[in-house]
Amino acid sequence: MSALVFERFSYSYPGSDRPALRELSLTVEPGEFVVCAGLSASGKSTLLRAASGLVPHFHGGEASGSVIVGGISTREHGPGGLAQVAGTLLQDPETQVVMQTVGAELAFPLENRGLSRAAVARGVEEIALTLSIATLLERPVDQLSGGELQRVALGAALAARPSLVLLDEPTSQLDPVSGDELIWILRRLNEEWGTAVLLAEHRLERCLAHADRVLVLSDGELVCDAPPREMLGWAGEHQPALQTPAARLFERAGLRPPPAGVKEARATLQSHGLLDPAAPLTAVEPERKPGRPRRPRRAQPAAQSALSCRGLSFDLPSGAAVLRGLDLSLQPGERTAVMGRNGAGKSTLLRILAGLQEPTEGKVSSEGRVALLMQNPGDYLIHERVDGEVGAEALAEFGLEDVAASHPRDISGGQRQRLALAIVLSGDRPSVVLLDEPTRGMDRAAKGDLIARLNALSAAGTAVLVATHDTELVAAVAERVLLLSGGRIVADAPTAEVLSGGWHFATETARVLGGQGQACTPEQGGALLRARMTIEAAP
Amino acid sequence: MNAGSNSTVLLRARSSVCALYGFALVAFALAFTHPLILLAVAAATFGAARLSGVQRQLRGAVRFAIPLALMLAVINGILIRDGVTVLWRFGELPPFGQLDLTGEAFAYGFLLALRVVVIIAATALLVAIVDPDDVLRRMRRSAFRSALTAALATRMIGVLTRDARRMDQARRCRPDAGGSGRRAQLLMVGSVAAGALDRAVDVAATLELRGYATRVAPPRGDILPYSRADRAVLAAALGLIALLCVGVGVGLAHFEPYPRITAITGATELLYAALIVLTALAAPLIGERGRRR
Repeated sequence: MSALVFERFSYSYPGSDRPALRELSLTVEPGEFVVCAGLSASGKSTLLRAASGLVPHFHGGEASGSVIVGGISTREHGPGGLAQVAGTLLQDPETQVVMQTVGAELAFPLENRGLSRAAVARGVEEIALTLSIATLLERPVDQLSGGELQRVALGAALAARPSLVLLDEPTSQLDPVSGDELIWILRRLNEEWGTAVLLAEHRLERCLAHADRVLVLSDGELVCDAPPREMLGWAGEHQPALQTPAARLFERAGLRPPPAGVKEARATLQSHGLLDPAAPLTAVEPERKPGRPRRPRRAQPAAQSALSCRGLSFDLPSGAAVLRGLDLSLQPGERTAVMGRNGAGKSTLLRILAGLQEPTEGKVSSEGRVALLMQNPGDYLIHERVDGEVGAEALAEFGLEDVAASHPRDISGGQRQRLALAIVLSGDRPSVVLLDEPTRGMDRAAKGDLIARLNALSAAGTAVLVATHDTELVAAVAERVLLLSGGRIVADAPTAEVLSGGWHFATETARVLGGQGQACTPEQGGALLRARMTIEAAP
Repeated sequence: MNAGSNSTVLLRARSSVCALYGFALVAFALAFTHPLILLAVAAATFGAARLSGVQRQLRGAVRFAIPLALMLAVINGILIRDGVTVLWRFGELPPFGQLDLTGEAFAYGFLLALRVVVIIAATALLVAIVDPDDVLRRMRRSAFRSALTAALATRMIGVLTRDARRMDQARRCRPDAGGSGRRAQLLMVGSVAAGALDRAVDVAATLELRGYATRVAPPRGDILPYSRADRAVLAAALGLIALLCVGVGVGLAHFEPYPRITAITGATELLYAALIVLTALAAPLIGERGRRR
């Protein structure tokens, strides 16, 4: 029996005349690891909601065709009935937990199945050990970090040992380490428990190496169903925005076939003699003159800077230090990225720089207005129509004139992000723009648009500071990277040096090339490989 | 609620008996206006909170209640013209007509304020001692929709507080700070409400996905016998309910605010008030002593 079967399934949300899914037919077999890809609004989330029974039972709307999950038809059974065969994890971890403590959260789905107290206790213990959250069992859920919360939500989805697990961008709010860990956990469950996985994800480079198959949706239709390598080949011809950085690196270097992951890419490069087998996976520290150890940049005097802060500290009411004596200076037009794991203090730093929060110690000074775009663009939208938020000129500048009459909550995620940016940039030109995780849940096309906009701002003299986990964005935008850890800046260096010198805080290109040539983007890596090919080809 | 093995009797007892206990205290404050009874319920409530280690939650609730209660006292004093002890005669004041400030109206206003504070404190005690997760589990088969609503409300408080804080910060990030005046405030409220609905839908979807709607019964052998803490709190709750029924039934602690304040306060009322306090505090006191032994 297949884990999931869609047969000519079509669906339209209530009040919508455009189908979100069209004549969809696909099968996921038991034990398969399937990735669902596609641009924003292509139908990925709707597909997962249809497989979990939320569509149409919870959302309403019109559906035709059939969806069978573990032998159970979604026509006869709603999400509750399907919960025994399919576990579901949606995007926002905050709304994915419903109980007060981690232990109660993990027990909840088991209790709902009418299991005995002993069986519930055993199930909770097993899933907690499997996901390494046993130490969290007594903790209230409102004290957990985003990564911990997402892991607990995954635990609740898996507690009843479903044969199929459905995940909608589960890593979008996690730092690279937590995101990678989550994918590895899924791989392990897939291999050890034989759980079939259907995972919708924008950052394909994170999960493609683990996938057996990739489904690509476009405008609600299944346009590609192939193994990862074949899918990347297809994407190169039909939807370049879905190519992973490693695939783009190979394309730039004129190599084929595109690799599904770092390991495969390195093997191919080694077989072509383009990568020294002994080359380290991380870059070697660049040579320096003896006796001159590298020091973090000192804050410049306020008069020369667009923004500067000295001795910035911030403590929580509990006494825990979030920031400890930070010195920072941003020059006009400078593009800087702040990186660090979840809870490192990135968002706090940005809020203090924007004047939303008072530091415990230290001072911030700026040349002009400091604009801040926070993580959730929806928080900025308070009017009933898009054109109520900003003027017609700004709408045109940000390419939003077509949706001027729409409700801000009805436009796509990328459009919402642009609208929020238009709001914070309206009025006097800011001397500094701060952005907190601006690419969360964004597809590559929308990301490209944001990158162009940030580069334009910088060219006009506005300093840009981006707090992000997205290494590809950092490589494309920033010229300088600050690495935050334990409330301190532990690295302050040019982007190429930071991103090619690590593993978690490295782009896929840098990981493929082992940091060689400090190449971080597919374009830089492609140029490096082509140069090597030329040298090798020379007599 | 923290119901670990080291917690107090009211926190260890099952949620159904704790809810009964909390509701009994709230019912007293709703049923009686007599100041002595209200003070007795207040003493019982704060005493139980202190013995259970949840006095912080109560203090927070009372801080929130006091401005509301004072406002009520002042409004009653100004608008109610009953009472014979005239303190100030304003004369004709359209559209209210003849406006007299009377001692009875002010005294009754402050009594109403005390009542509001006691009701809010008793409700805060109820919220602090009842485990919402347990309520969700126990109610889902008998009152699915009520349990779903209660679960959503409980879960949403934290989520919405964080949402509102973020949205306020986003408003301050706008160059015009979101505008000013009543219209800007209304826009903000509308936006928060729309966000709350979105969030509530997401949490409700999660409940569905975890199989909440299946309403499967737990195995028969899994029903736990009543513990010592359960029995102690149940006895106190039933005692309070019996006292309430007797008090209301025989018309004890009679109180009339107008035209003159009449509050019968004899030995019966004093005994009745003492019994309320003793019955309410018996469970936490006796339960703890039994546990220490």
